[in-house]
Amino acid sequence: MSSRIGISCLQEAKRVAIFGGTHGNEMSGITLVNMWTQNSAEIERNGLVVKPFISNPRAVEKCTRYIDTDLNRAFTPENLSTPEVEGLPYEVQRAKEINRMFGPKGSSNAYDVIFDLHNTTSNMGSTLILESSTDLFNLQMVHYIKKAMAPHTCSVLLNEHPQLKYSTTRSVAKHPIGLEVGPQPQGVLRSNVFESMRTILKHALDFLELFNSGVEFPPCTVDVFRVQERMDYPRDTNGNITAMVHPHLQDCDWEPLNRGDPMFLTFDGRTILYEGANTVYPTFINEAAYYEKQQAFMTTCREILAANAIRKAFK
Amino acid sequence: MQMDRQSHLWRNAVVLPAVSRVAVCGGTHGNELSGVYLVRERLKRREDGTEPVSVVAVMSNPRAVQLCVRYIETDLNRCFTRAALRAPISEASPYEMIRSQELNALLGPKGSTQAVDLLCDLHNTTANMGLCLITYSDRDWICLHICKHLQREMASTPVRYVHFDIPLNEAYSLDSVGKHGFAMEIGPQPHGVVRSAIFSAMQEGVQLMLDWICQFNSGTLFEGGSVDVYTMVKNIDYPRDPETHTITAAVHPDLQDRDFCLLHPGDPMFLSFSGETLRYKGKEALYPFFINEGAYYEKGVALSLARKRRVEIPSVRSETLR
Repeated sequence: MSSRIGISCLQEAKRVAIFGGTHGNEMSGITLVNMWTQNSAEIERNGLVVKPFISNPRAVEKCTRYIDTDLNRAFTPENLSTPEVEGLPYEVQRAKEINRMFGPKGSSNAYDVIFDLHNTTSNMGSTLILESSTDLFNLQMVHYIKKAMAPHTCSVLLNEHPQLKYSTTRSVAKHPIGLEVGPQPQGVLRSNVFESMRTILKHALDFLELFNSGVEFPPCTVDVFRVQERMDYPRDTNGNITAMVHPHLQDCDWEPLNRGDPMFLTFDGRTILYEGANTVYPTFINEAAYYEKQQAFMTTCREILAANAIRKAFK
Repeated sequence: MQMDRQSHLWRNAVVLPAVSRVAVCGGTHGNELSGVYLVRERLKRREDGTEPVSVVAVMSNPRAVQLCVRYIETDLNRCFTRAALRAPISEASPYEMIRSQELNALLGPKGSTQAVDLLCDLHNTTANMGLCLITYSDRDWICLHICKHLQREMASTPVRYVHFDIPLNEAYSLDSVGKHGFAMEIGPQPHGVVRSAIFSAMQEGVQLMLDWICQFNSGTLFEGGSVDVYTMVKNIDYPRDPETHTITAAVHPDLQDRDFCLLHPGDPMFLSFSGETLRYKGKEALYPFFINEGAYYEKGVALSLARKRRVEIPSVRSETLR
């Protein structure tokens, strides 16, 4: 990668994958990938090869999040380098296989872009998830998608937190992007959520085609929400939750939460307030899959990221 | 005049046995969390109810609750037919078949005089159904009066009475074990999630039910009136690929979340993935419910359809002497 005055010249993004079913009960991605595996016309673009792929087929078969362990936490260096022995959890085996097919993670042979399709029970609308604030390519792509989706809002979540960042399925690629659309119950396919996800991908693939054809994208800024903290439910000594997300916070993803605002409501009717010093922007509020991960919601802070102009590097 | 009217009502009321023993069951499906937490709270606080009604709280499927799944091997709420309750079981039998017989022994036996007087089974649905009392009878005056009471007292939650016209022998759900029984079904809520507004609504519904029973058992006369009853007519499955059997369309955005809004012939029902609108082809306008319930994909049900009719209910009072 070379850069002249203000323009970053980046390698073309030729090998692209769309992952559905990383969680086997998040139906939009599963349905889209199955549809495109049967008929790929909609995802074909000049200058790209796009592979639709079901990441966790056994979980999809059972319509469950995972079989042994969460695939979307399984791509750790330890797991990827562990020897292939009997008795490995299914998802660890699967992570190694995916790393072979689409990685190896961190190498020059890895896929250029992986879109990983997810749904959430939280009222997050359409959300794009980034893992790096310095991946110019991803920032420009996200900017393009947001503009194309307007006036429909597309929020951008940045998880670069040293402790809270996790080893995602998509992280084997050079440019990983998470697509998270909600609210949708697990195991349910809602038409509006399905169509939103389909549209996001359409714009994403348009961007890749334009980039690979040599189009230059001018400098831009992207409003993001940067992950700060995980907030758990109040629990008793047995680990059972003793309160629910407060009705005033429920469904208020991306809205400011200030000190003194209601946060939880105990089962016997007592309100617990948010006591943090600064205004935060909660997200993943009341996500079903996070009860077992000790998370009622995540707090974020707003940030504006700047990206250089980019274009494809000449050969 | 007032006295005459009161005594006229009193003499003409239907007299029914007191509802002395009540069971409140949660976690029949382990991921329908309002009922799970409601039963847990009642068990924690040892709320046995005060005279004149005794209330037992039961966690129906504890193993499924532990794993936060609908069921372990088979749907517990389909294991209460006469045949299932009589089937010989062994250690090798599916967990839920063993459990249904345990619950029948505890709260039944179904059809006998030892059964609890009323069994209220708590459920959630991903469908936008508000609060529904779902039962097998359209002339159980106790259930219908309880429904009327909830409708009167619950300001912000729609309350409806849903009837499945199935004889007791073939009635397959836990609520059929009690002498009177219903599922109290509240949605929309995703499975595996507890939403505080939904929990509060269920808590309120259960409390109002118990209040009514207390008053009834104390000799209060409840005046008759009418209740709209939705009787299930048929289920409609998703359009599916003839070879792979996978679904090829989603519930249409115009139908999604419109439970109990009359569906007319020609109204949109599904939107195929290729963009085609598929319409309701029935001849009769019917009321849809359980629209897009997550657990019903595997049962081949995209939505259920009901006929609505107004049922007249008589005044009732308990056998208790004043």
